[in-house]
Amino acid sequence: MIAAIILVCSVAFFLQFFVPYCRSLIASSAAHVLSPEVQDVTGIRTQAAGDDFARVMQLLMLCPDRPEDRGEIRAIGLYFQMLNVMKAALGRLTPSVQAWAEKERGRCTYFAAVALDRRVAFSRDLLAQQIEA
Amino acid sequence: MPGSASYAILLLGTLLEALVVVCAVRRKVLRKYFILNLYMLLCVFVSFGRYHVMTHDGVSSLTYRYFYFYSDALLTIVLYFGLISLYISVFEEMKVERYLRIGAIVLLAGTCWFTYAVVSQSSHRMLTYFAFELSQNLYFVGLVLTYVLWAAVLKMRHTQALLVQLVLSLGIYFSAYAASYSLSNLHPTFYSYVSYMVPVIGCLLPLSWAYAFWRVPEEARLSPQRLAMAASR
Repeated sequence: MIAAIILVCSVAFFLQFFVPYCRSLIASSAAHVLSPEVQDVTGIRTQAAGDDFARVMQLLMLCPDRPEDRGEIRAIGLYFQMLNVMKAALGRLTPSVQAWAEKERGRCTYFAAVALDRRVAFSRDLLAQQIEA
Repeated sequence: MPGSASYAILLLGTLLEALVVVCAVRRKVLRKYFILNLYMLLCVFVSFGRYHVMTHDGVSSLTYRYFYFYSDALLTIVLYFGLISLYISVFEEMKVERYLRIGAIVLLAGTCWFTYAVVSQSSHRMLTYFAFELSQNLYFVGLVLTYVLWAAVLKMRHTQALLVQLVLSLGIYFSAYAASYSLSNLHPTFYSYVSYMVPVIGCLLPLSWAYAFWRVPEEARLSPQRLAMAASR
């Protein structure tokens, strides 16, 4: 019984930390302006839609992997799934939660687009270094 | 956990721990977050020690278990003081450093006394069991303290992005550990799953701290209230 209570408390604590952590990652990328190439490929200018997340993630997977941002992309992917569950479970009951979840999903998509932009820039630098060598 | 997977996770964790210190040195925040970096450096040394014992005696040997639990207790105490150093950073302007240090020592002594009181009644192999129990209790105390610290960050409107990310990462780490420990106590069948989860959780903290030191400039600011609004809206 005590183990179950501790489990419930720790999962609640985990969410209390995990959600703000993901939002802090997203906030750090919100000011980033996407390059024209990524804007053309993704169709995202300043605001993104949550439904584009899967498409942007597929584009992200096509780029060479950068170990530095792997953990953050996974964390945001998990956060996005959590938002999907929240939207499906509570969205119909409370429209404000649905609107909030949709906005957050859009911010997740923008984060993925920024990660794509960074990976494209990284690949370009790598190619330039190879050509110079 | 199979041998090769243990080695791979140990290696990954060690690399990430070393990366935290390298990033802190490069960003010139080593002195400011000295105890956190000391903890990561100790983790690297402990990982080498664990690797040495693992290759000589095997992962299921008694020596490895003793080494694991004693070193874990030591690391948990250092991490506890690392958390207190974050408290000191948050409450820097209030000039309460001395009281925080005294409070931290009293709380640690209290946790040790409580652990001793529990262990002395139920075990004949007292010292090892004490190290194991102390480690678990300190994880739980650490989780509660991190939660209080996050509440203080919100209340005091502390805007330093690096500090906010360090605190949140620590909260995720402590709560994931507490969840895994309680899950393993819930039913014996969960233990095998938890044995896979624990080393992976161990990599989360160095990964997020390395990212924070490497990516977030010290002068960067964000509003923690806006981050926490997610939970209430």
